[in-house]
Amino acid sequence: MENKTQPANFNSVSAIDYLPVEQLRRHQLAQLRHVVAMTYEKVPHFRQRMDERGISPSDLKQLSDLAKLPFTVKTDLRDTYPFGLFASPMKDIVRLHASSGTTGKPIVAAYTHEDIKIWTSVMVRAFASCGLHAGDIIQNAYGYGLFTGGLGAHYGAEGIGATVIPISGGNTERQIMIMKDFGSTAICCTPSYFIHLIERATEMGINMKKLPLRVGVFGAEPWTQEMRRHIEEKTSIKAYDIYGLSEIIGPGVGIECQYQDGLHLHEDHFYPEIINPQTGEVLPDGTEGELVLSTLSKEAMPMIRYRTRDITALETTPCPCGRTLRRIRRISRRSDDMFIIRGVNVFPSQIEAALLAVEGTLPHYQIILTRDKGLDNIEVHVEVNAQLFSDKVRAVEEFQHKLSNSIEHTLGIRVKLKLVTPHTIARSEGKAKRVIDRRGETPNV
Amino acid sequence: MKLVQLSLFIENETGALAAPCRLLAEAGISISTLCLADTEEFGILRLLLRDWEKARELLDKAGFAVNTAEVLAMEVPDRPGGLAEVLEKLQTLSLNVEYMYAFTSGRDGKAIIIFRFEDVDGAITALQKEGLSPVSPVHLFDK
Repeated sequence: MENKTQPANFNSVSAIDYLPVEQLRRHQLAQLRHVVAMTYEKVPHFRQRMDERGISPSDLKQLSDLAKLPFTVKTDLRDTYPFGLFASPMKDIVRLHASSGTTGKPIVAAYTHEDIKIWTSVMVRAFASCGLHAGDIIQNAYGYGLFTGGLGAHYGAEGIGATVIPISGGNTERQIMIMKDFGSTAICCTPSYFIHLIERATEMGINMKKLPLRVGVFGAEPWTQEMRRHIEEKTSIKAYDIYGLSEIIGPGVGIECQYQDGLHLHEDHFYPEIINPQTGEVLPDGTEGELVLSTLSKEAMPMIRYRTRDITALETTPCPCGRTLRRIRRISRRSDDMFIIRGVNVFPSQIEAALLAVEGTLPHYQIILTRDKGLDNIEVHVEVNAQLFSDKVRAVEEFQHKLSNSIEHTLGIRVKLKLVTPHTIARSEGKAKRVIDRRGETPNV
Repeated sequence: MKLVQLSLFIENETGALAAPCRLLAEAGISISTLCLADTEEFGILRLLLRDWEKARELLDKAGFAVNTAEVLAMEVPDRPGGLAEVLEKLQTLSLNVEYMYAFTSGRDGKAIIIFRFEDVDGAITALQKEGLSPVSPVHLFDK
């Protein structure tokens, strides 16, 4: 295959990024027919949904027929928790990951050996798209563990032949020391954490512009063009947006190229549709709506028409980079009430359940998200009432700690809990606004 | 014998303290004495008033988080060592004081201290055995 726009680090793994569109569509249809038939055979939950609609896998004759198939939503994962959507027996599954779900039960993701290879390959292509190659020193500050970010980036970084520093998240001073001493040329983390790193480095008297750091691969939470400008101004790096979700595979579903104008989807593995979130109707390319993804090659946990709840649009105009993969616009918001803080998915219902667990009654509460020096903070305000209140300071403080511990236990992140006077949390039409997101209000970041 | 004390949740904000006081003032309710416990994050305003039931209803209606606790008023000799003697007595009786504060004015050379005990009834029994009688509400508010 010849392509003049191929980048210098073009390799066989990335060849598929430049496939002629017709060839890509043929590949997608063949894979989709295969994966739908396989899922129908092996996942009773999916078979039942298909049967209810009177649809059989053989009805899938062209890509547009996909619109006839049922959606998979987060509650399907919850209802079949933990392993109900697996299409492979446990002996073939080599890895489990998990992310937070809506009711305290996590969303589980499973991988066969082949799935790990696919995941690694899309991460390799993602890193190549960011201009990384053997010789780069990649500081991987995504959390290692159940969260897909850490290991996903790790395998991709090794796969491309770079040197990986598996430092995981947190410990800001050590991150900065290692970045400086080891000469990291690239970093992977959430964008808000990186902005925090910049602030801290400045306080420590380190000029990030003078470090060898030249590439940042940022994801796991929505971020803005303003944040990118800030990062690129304060450091010498080019900041790339990466997209992924553990239900589909983890990071590596989509990635920006050097033109930073939307994220190319690795659509040879993940087939995108944009739908109207209210009606479920498929929208034409270029129209804003909810992103729906179908996995085309994953074995352990195939996802057919998974509703991501992420609002974006599909760009089909050719990208100057030469990739034929369609791009999604930067994720601007979500169609449900989920928010992402420090890379962790949080649903207000989780906080509600945590508050309810303490005294058995649900106080009025509000979640306030702020961003201070690039670090996201979550504050939960809880209205006290006569039942939850005591004349003793110790009792009130204990109550406050019980609430914050319960939330921390559920979410796995530290929250600031503030007790407020009754009726001070605004209610509109009897229903309180649960989440106030002030993260975009900070002037420069 | 027991006094009913109102406790109010107060946020650490400008004006948070004035609002309940203004509310009581407008209803012509007088505060006999008060004590504010404050932490970094919030405050607890404790009030002793003759018309505590009316005050509670008003505060409740106005949307304050208010509840009640029973406290005891004790006479303490108004001279150096007066309070220390009483506290030592409480110590020998193993009565645990949650908190205490002074009543606005004393009488007959005695100060009046308000005590919040963990177990108010146990405290009354123990104190009476020692011949120490808490001041009754009638005496306290009628003077």
